[in-house]
Amino acid sequence: MLDIEIDGKQVQVPPGSTIMDAARAVGAYIPHFCYHKKLSIAANCRMCLVQVEKAPKPLPACATPVTNGMKVFTHSELAVAAQKGVMEFLLINHPLDCPICDQGGECQLQDLAVGYGGTASRFREAKHVVMHKDVGPLISMREMSRCIHCTRCVRFGQEIAGVMELGMANRNVHSEIQTFVGRSVDSELSGNMIDLCPVGALTSKPFRYLARSWELSRRKSVSPHDSLGTNLTVQVKNDRVLRVLPRENEEINECWISDKDRFSYEALNSEERLQKPMIRVDGALREVEWNVALDYLAHALKDIARDHGAESIAALASPHSTAEELYLMRKIVRGMGSGNVDFRPRRRDFSSDGKRAGTPWLGMRIAEIGELDAAVVVGSFLRKDHPLFAQRLRQVAKKGGKISVISVSGDDSLIDLSAQITVAPRNLAGALAGVVKAAAALRGAAVPAGLEAVEPCEQAKAIAGSLAEGGKKAIFLGNVAEQVEQAGQLHALGAELARLTGASLGFIGEAANSVGGYVADALPTDGLDARQMFVQARRAYLLMGVEAEFDCANPQEAVAALRQADLVVMMTPFRSAAAMEYADVLLPLAAFAETSGTYISAEGRVQSVNGVCRPRGDARPGWKVLRVLGNVLALPGFEYASSEEVRDEFIPAGASFVENLDNGIALPLAPVAPAPAGGLERIADVPIYFADALARRAPALRRTRDAAEPVAYLHPATFERLALDAEARVRVRQGQGEAVLAARADAKVPPDCVRVAAAHAATAALGEMFGSINVERA
Amino acid sequence: MAILGALNPILTVGWDGGAAWRLQDYVKRGGYKALGRIFEERISPDQLIGEIKKSGLRGRGGAGFPTGLKWSFMPKDFKDGKYIVCNTDEGEPGTFKDRDILRGNPHAVIEGMVIAAYAVGAARGYNYIHGEIWDIYKRFEEALDEARAAGFVGKNILGSGFDFELFAHHGYGAYICGEESALLESIEGKKGQPRFKPPFPASVGLYGKPTTINNTETFAAVPFVLNMGAEAYLEAGKPNNAGTKLFSVSGHVNRPGNYEIPLGTPFPVLLEMAGGMRGGRKLKACIPGGSSAPVLPAEVIMACTMDYDAIGKAGSMLGSGAVIVMDETTCMVKALERLSYFYHEESCGQCTPCREGTGWLYAIVHRIEHGAGRPEDLDLLRGITANIMGRTVCALGDAASMPVQGFLKHFRDEFEYHIENGKCLVPPEVQRAGSTFFKATV
Repeated sequence: MLDIEIDGKQVQVPPGSTIMDAARAVGAYIPHFCYHKKLSIAANCRMCLVQVEKAPKPLPACATPVTNGMKVFTHSELAVAAQKGVMEFLLINHPLDCPICDQGGECQLQDLAVGYGGTASRFREAKHVVMHKDVGPLISMREMSRCIHCTRCVRFGQEIAGVMELGMANRNVHSEIQTFVGRSVDSELSGNMIDLCPVGALTSKPFRYLARSWELSRRKSVSPHDSLGTNLTVQVKNDRVLRVLPRENEEINECWISDKDRFSYEALNSEERLQKPMIRVDGALREVEWNVALDYLAHALKDIARDHGAESIAALASPHSTAEELYLMRKIVRGMGSGNVDFRPRRRDFSSDGKRAGTPWLGMRIAEIGELDAAVVVGSFLRKDHPLFAQRLRQVAKKGGKISVISVSGDDSLIDLSAQITVAPRNLAGALAGVVKAAAALRGAAVPAGLEAVEPCEQAKAIAGSLAEGGKKAIFLGNVAEQVEQAGQLHALGAELARLTGASLGFIGEAANSVGGYVADALPTDGLDARQMFVQARRAYLLMGVEAEFDCANPQEAVAALRQADLVVMMTPFRSAAAMEYADVLLPLAAFAETSGTYISAEGRVQSVNGVCRPRGDARPGWKVLRVLGNVLALPGFEYASSEEVRDEFIPAGASFVENLDNGIALPLAPVAPAPAGGLERIADVPIYFADALARRAPALRRTRDAAEPVAYLHPATFERLALDAEARVRVRQGQGEAVLAARADAKVPPDCVRVAAAHAATAALGEMFGSINVERA
Repeated sequence: MAILGALNPILTVGWDGGAAWRLQDYVKRGGYKALGRIFEERISPDQLIGEIKKSGLRGRGGAGFPTGLKWSFMPKDFKDGKYIVCNTDEGEPGTFKDRDILRGNPHAVIEGMVIAAYAVGAARGYNYIHGEIWDIYKRFEEALDEARAAGFVGKNILGSGFDFELFAHHGYGAYICGEESALLESIEGKKGQPRFKPPFPASVGLYGKPTTINNTETFAAVPFVLNMGAEAYLEAGKPNNAGTKLFSVSGHVNRPGNYEIPLGTPFPVLLEMAGGMRGGRKLKACIPGGSSAPVLPAEVIMACTMDYDAIGKAGSMLGSGAVIVMDETTCMVKALERLSYFYHEESCGQCTPCREGTGWLYAIVHRIEHGAGRPEDLDLLRGITANIMGRTVCALGDAASMPVQGFLKHFRDEFEYHIENGKCLVPPEVQRAGSTFFKATV
């Protein structure tokens, strides 16, 4: 440890610390702009100049390493003179248009100018003007003259997001932050640059000029999107959510959030919000009062149960629902005598149900990811499915950790990978089996039963090798690994690989309550799972937050089953054309931020949030709707006064993490690829901004590159065989449904596969996400 | 420009304006003898560094840092690749010596670099040559081919078992790339912006590896130092200012060009070698070490000897040895305006004081020159330079400030006259009479 004295205060810091680190340790504030604890040191703003004993000139605190016995003065005459000098330079070309600047009130330059700026400027020349730039729907770069060239945004791109979307071009005062010619700034993490920008140069385009920061109430919340459990600050004015910002939590999201978390709030104010309950009368949906709707619903459900048996009722909930909603949904359906409940609409294979040792989870705490020495991610569109999870792995790779990916597409994860296997979905289990067998060989263990016929490829051996070394290792199963036909096998193979290598096995989890649904037991009990409830069509369906045409593994099958049903109840915050066609009862649910509830993240962390604004129209929180429905159905045990009472029924009160997290599985290994069913094999990604009902209605997100119309990406050989060209369009067909899409050759797609996105209106008529598909020239 | 004159020359012996640059000519003049002797006599790297230290050779790029000491900073037990880099990004206005060294005697630089590589244990080297001298870059490449073919560069040099690969790297003309860490960034393919130091290149340099960077003239001197012996080299100059140095004399002299003289030679001798003042006019001022060095008035510079210590004592710097001579027809405000424009234009824009301050300095000097000066401007200029100096990432901020301070210190009256009268103290017709540029354009 090194001794250092800062402003007379003694402190000990570890070797390698900077003066800035030491100052933070003693609580001394040193003004700064370019310095950010999560970014590399640039030392370019010079605002943090401090006086160091025996140094002839002031030194930047952010970049100067502490030496033993160093004496630092952060507010001495010399230090303050240097800091004021820098502030004068920063302000000479800065517009000083605070009254009309969106950053006003939350601007670091404005704040520090109060302390270090002069009352009048000595600068009487013409100010430098920087032209504005259009960088897409998320970030406004209208007033680039305000930029102070701290390069935080540039470094964020290089170091955190993994893609340098912004750079500083030109020299001297003509230096400008800009994109490569014509590019937009909308990678899945871009919005963080808005937070990082210390001035009003990069501002939020959707939020611009809607409110001043001091008019907004800041309320705590948690992201309803991916499984990370991202902590949010939701900013509300007049009961409208106007902005979402990260709430720093080093154990979860650090200080970042994904653009989906940041901008999807716009959907809360969408025109498509369902504002009143509706029921179908004489073939047409009509708005009714809540009591009418619930009475009607209760009677209809009772009638169906009486006439056709309770098992003719099925319920499917979205894994983005709160745990309380999932729990009550299950309780109602079970109360009526049906076991047909599920919350995994995109799942196809349920062979692991009843074979699991506990609740499937990440297998480690999120914060532990940074300590990994090696990891293999199986079946994931990692960057788009889990932006911040990918970010953590990116940092691991930067520190020399070995990250490998086995997946169905060679998408660039912007991670320096040590090995990569890209195979058709039906061969995913086979590829993982190769790694398992290679790992067994490396350990000198017997070939695991069922893998005798497997031949590990070189990459599989490399992955096994990376896991065979010492240190902390992990195997992560992504969304695809849970959606393909061999999901159970992938689970079992992952468990075997974990056993052989000492790595931990984990599920990244698709949605905010992918773990929560298991904890709430929103699972079939002697009943039909999310797939079977559509294969064996039911009389009545309760859908909570699910838009079957977008959210199901086989939308064709699901929608067909809904169409033939006598009763389709949709509890949803949104209306949609499809729902208006097949739904018989529509109940408006409070959306994210409007309801209290609990999310249990991939690491099993229990996070309960409050509603932060009133629901739109007559929408009501899901737990309240279900509670009253329980009353109307005269089911016992529905006397809750709060969502906390619901929660405490299935999560021990006060628990920060749920118990019984265990990825063990008792399933024999049989990674046999199913026989090809003819045609090509479809690879369906769920585009990041179509993954849930909220994101797919956020206008700004809808204008990003990631929300572009689906394209049929074909392996170049297939593309050539079909004699396609750059202009070509193809007709893709699955079962009765088809879609006509633009076609593009893509070497990242495995042979004999075509990548056609799911969850989009253009492809909603198609079937199985990972099934056979016919492609022909349109 | 070629070498126009020399006094007790060491570096330029045998130069003939460029023709005798080839390997055979260099070898005839005793080239690569020093390198051969190192391997024959098994001189250890430590001995070699000791010899360079003893010779008192100082960096010729501008800062005058002792070369042997710089080499000794390289970590000895670092095994994962070290680098030698030659800085031929000669961008300082007034300096044009390195291009002549590469034109007239490129093999001396190559030999110097190989010896340096051996001394510090580097396996790779780059010579970063600035953008405007394409023909010189090509000549260096040609010389490199010759040296490689003759076994002076490459694997197992002269059968010694020592490997060293050397490459030329072509810059694109940014002044800032002459700053050693910006130069490294540029070689790495990045934008040329200085790095914050520490760490210094000797610990974290090119591609993060320990790197020694020297000026072209420094490397060129190394073989001669070893051939003539450290003591003889030391004695060729004066104490603490060893050896000879090339001076690029430009401005209002009859024979502008490069001159090699022993350090410690009186300035009047150099001025005489350069043919004296053009048109017999009176010397007004001289910038003795490149445009960033503070200007010295005639009476001060005439009393100086040309060496690090004397020029430093007089309040300026020897720098790269670029001697800019100005006669009585020069308007000092206009001269400073031109210099300030250069530093404003060439500031990399990375750190605040330099990016903003250099533009501000230029704007004010420009205003004064164009008759819109204000009485408070001179104090403001001084205040701005004080806020730039010592507060920037690299020395460009200082380089931009020192001329301003120098001009204001010695020629404040001309600036005041400008501000009061809105015109030059030196009448326009006198300025025109002294300007070859004006004559050429009219």
